[in-house]
Amino acid sequence: MEEVLNVIKDKTLTYQQKVIGLARIAENSINVLSIREDIEEYRQEGIICDLYEGNAPYRPRYIVPNYEKFMAKGSEFLGLKPPTDIWEAINNLLILYKHVPSITSFPVYIGNIDTLLEPFVTDEKEARKAISFFLTHIDRTLTDSFCHANIGPLETTAGKIILEVEKELQNAVPNITLKYSDETADAFAIQAIDTALVTAKPSFANHEIYTKDLGNYAVVSCYNGLPIGGGSHTLVRLNLAKLAEKTTEIETFLKVILPDAIEKMVTYMDERIRFLVEESEFFQTNFLVKEGLINLENFTSMFGIFGLAEGVNHLIQPQNQKEKFGHGDVANDLGMKIIKNIYEIVNQHKANYCNASGGKYLLHAQVGTDFDHGISPGCRIPIGDEPEIHEHLLQSAKFHQFFPAGIGDVFKFDKTTKNNPKYILDIIKGAFTIGMRYFSLYCTHSDVVRITGYLVKRSDMEKLESGEQVLHDTVVLGLGSVKNQKVLDRRLRKDE
Amino acid sequence: MNKGFINRILPFSSVDGPGNRTAIFLQGCNFNCLYCHNPETINICNHCGKCLEVCKMDALSIVEGKVKWAKDNCNHCHRCIKLCKYNSSPRVFEASVEEIMAVLKKNKVFISGITVSGGECTLQIPFLVELFKEVKKLDLTIFVDTNGSIPLWNEGEFVTLADQFMVDLKSIDAQEHKSLTGSDFNIIVDNIKYLSKLNKLHEVRTVIVPNLLNNRRNVEETSLLVASLNPLIKYKLIKYRGLGVREGLINDSSPTEEDMNKLEKIAKDNGCEDVQII
Ligand code: SF4
Ligand code: SF4
Repeated sequence: MEEVLNVIKDKTLTYQQKVIGLARIAENSINVLSIREDIEEYRQEGIICDLYEGNAPYRPRYIVPNYEKFMAKGSEFLGLKPPTDIWEAINNLLILYKHVPSITSFPVYIGNIDTLLEPFVTDEKEARKAISFFLTHIDRTLTDSFCHANIGPLETTAGKIILEVEKELQNAVPNITLKYSDETADAFAIQAIDTALVTAKPSFANHEIYTKDLGNYAVVSCYNGLPIGGGSHTLVRLNLAKLAEKTTEIETFLKVILPDAIEKMVTYMDERIRFLVEESEFFQTNFLVKEGLINLENFTSMFGIFGLAEGVNHLIQPQNQKEKFGHGDVANDLGMKIIKNIYEIVNQHKANYCNASGGKYLLHAQVGTDFDHGISPGCRIPIGDEPEIHEHLLQSAKFHQFFPAGIGDVFKFDKTTKNNPKYILDIIKGAFTIGMRYFSLYCTHSDVVRITGYLVKRSDMEKLESGEQVLHDTVVLGLGSVKNQKVLDRRLRKDE
Repeated sequence: MNKGFINRILPFSSVDGPGNRTAIFLQGCNFNCLYCHNPETINICNHCGKCLEVCKMDALSIVEGKVKWAKDNCNHCHRCIKLCKYNSSPRVFEASVEEIMAVLKKNKVFISGITVSGGECTLQIPFLVELFKEVKKLDLTIFVDTNGSIPLWNEGEFVTLADQFMVDLKSIDAQEHKSLTGSDFNIIVDNIKYLSKLNKLHEVRTVIVPNLLNNRRNVEETSLLVASLNPLIKYKLIKYRGLGVREGLINDSSPTEEDMNKLEKIAKDNGCEDVQII
């Protein structure tokens, strides 16, 4: 068990990171899933990838507790009564967070924190202090950037304080999404942009579209849209860049290779979910289920794809920049055709235990991970190939309707836009009008940067690279992505 | 059909008024400022054809005696612009109102409105009036960026159609103004007062050039003027930067941050509430 010893001796891992690493090795030492040989081959090739989910699913990947219910009822298992003031409220939440499982052991969703706390904001000064403690506690103990809070869509005092405090603290955790709709006050949205230009969050979610697709939803982990009181059993992703390499013929790809790969992937997902729901005892025993904070009926699962750009470029072999994905009509049309095909085929498959989405898997444009060398997230235009921003928005938005479980683009702005945050709000309003689902932004000069979907501090990546331990486990992923996916080299959006 | 001479259309601009705006830069200017950052916008091309020699991308040609620019071939190297001795650019194009509206319709959902700038846009008022009438139909706001040299009180329809104006006041001293721009400044101050009365003065700007101008006096008096009209009018202090400026006209460096902060303080002390350093 050399692997175990390596984890124990790793100088860059904190104690907690070692414990989680050792648990992962233990889980992966057994093989309880029945996986067809041809599927296993695709897994080995990296065409089908479950992103560290482990060999024996014993908890859903994404759990989205109904925190509103928890605030109203407390928890019998945790021995907590409903809170009566802001200190009890944050204390209760911080306790529950430590008991929400995920594959990293940190919660991927921590609630619509402004509306959860708003009823307890009586004295603004006290609320500010409580919220500042609350957010610092989260950053230092839930040490994983996939931990995600939501705010909005309406302006609240708690919401304004959260933005104010985050602007000051500049923490990487939690990730934050502002649910944005016509009802969101401009002043609140501008405050959110102002904060995002300093600390790369919040991102903006198109509240209208998410609500239409998912009902009562939350944005969790990177930008995954999922039903509240449920979640997603699994996320497996299909590497379109690698899959495309199996042929040079577009027709063969569309008619043979792609449908076959989708069949393999859904079969693999079915098996993971079967074990989790029918054998692992999670849904039969966990207090979150027993107390109704989550319910199997509200679960779905995510069919992820990534590397569309590279897949398309491989199939059409562009002769110059103008013919590449994101620029040329032939490339863009093929990209759309591939996604439509995937959408149709995946929708024909009957998925068990996915009642939240009508017994179907939901498409998710996966953001990639640290070891994806030169492969772009989801349907994104590769970094370095990005067209001017107005063209970019029009091209990307077309894909967003197919991905209820998450898709988004990240835009990097120059620091001069701090003088005119309404400039960015206008762009977001337009993007949402043409159907974009999710919009992230950050500023060239900030320490906290958005890697693909999650946030990491530049200063932490520098520490890790020099061999020091860092608190957040996602810094490792961030550093890998900076090296392999060139994420800091996104096109700078100035005036174009 | 009424056509305008256009130097450039910037679909998304963050620095030409509030929010995101499509900035339309018109060609041609009646000033000749020593520190002009875009001297290639001053004159309408005389089609001498000299710049064809330096274009390596096959982007320039002469058709029926006129220089033609093939946008798709251009790599934006600016060699043509640097070469032109006539303060012009072969990339200027004539566009109809319809052609500009097509660009605006495509980007309409992303913008608060348009800003017409230059060059000096008020030299093409008949064209702008036609354009503005169409822009209004899209429910977009119209900002005009001008040097204020044309008596706007004689241009009723134009001023009525525009929502807001941004005016450069380059110097508050008649002689300094003349030597810097080649023009008188009385009309500019009158325009500033006229627009402010109509509640259409969004911003006044002063460029700070150390050594060349009496910056302190300019800021002192301009800020008093602005504050007396309406303290909420934005007063922008713009740092002179060497970039794009013609060689040999002025030999000057950018003002320091300290200089700028001092000037900002003067403007604020004089009652301007919205002072910005750019
Ligand atoms: S841009 Fe200048 S050099 Fe070129 S043709 Fe016109 S005037 Fe001559
Ligand atoms: S900028 Fe001028 S010289 Fe350069 S490629 Fe374009 S047209 Fe040719």
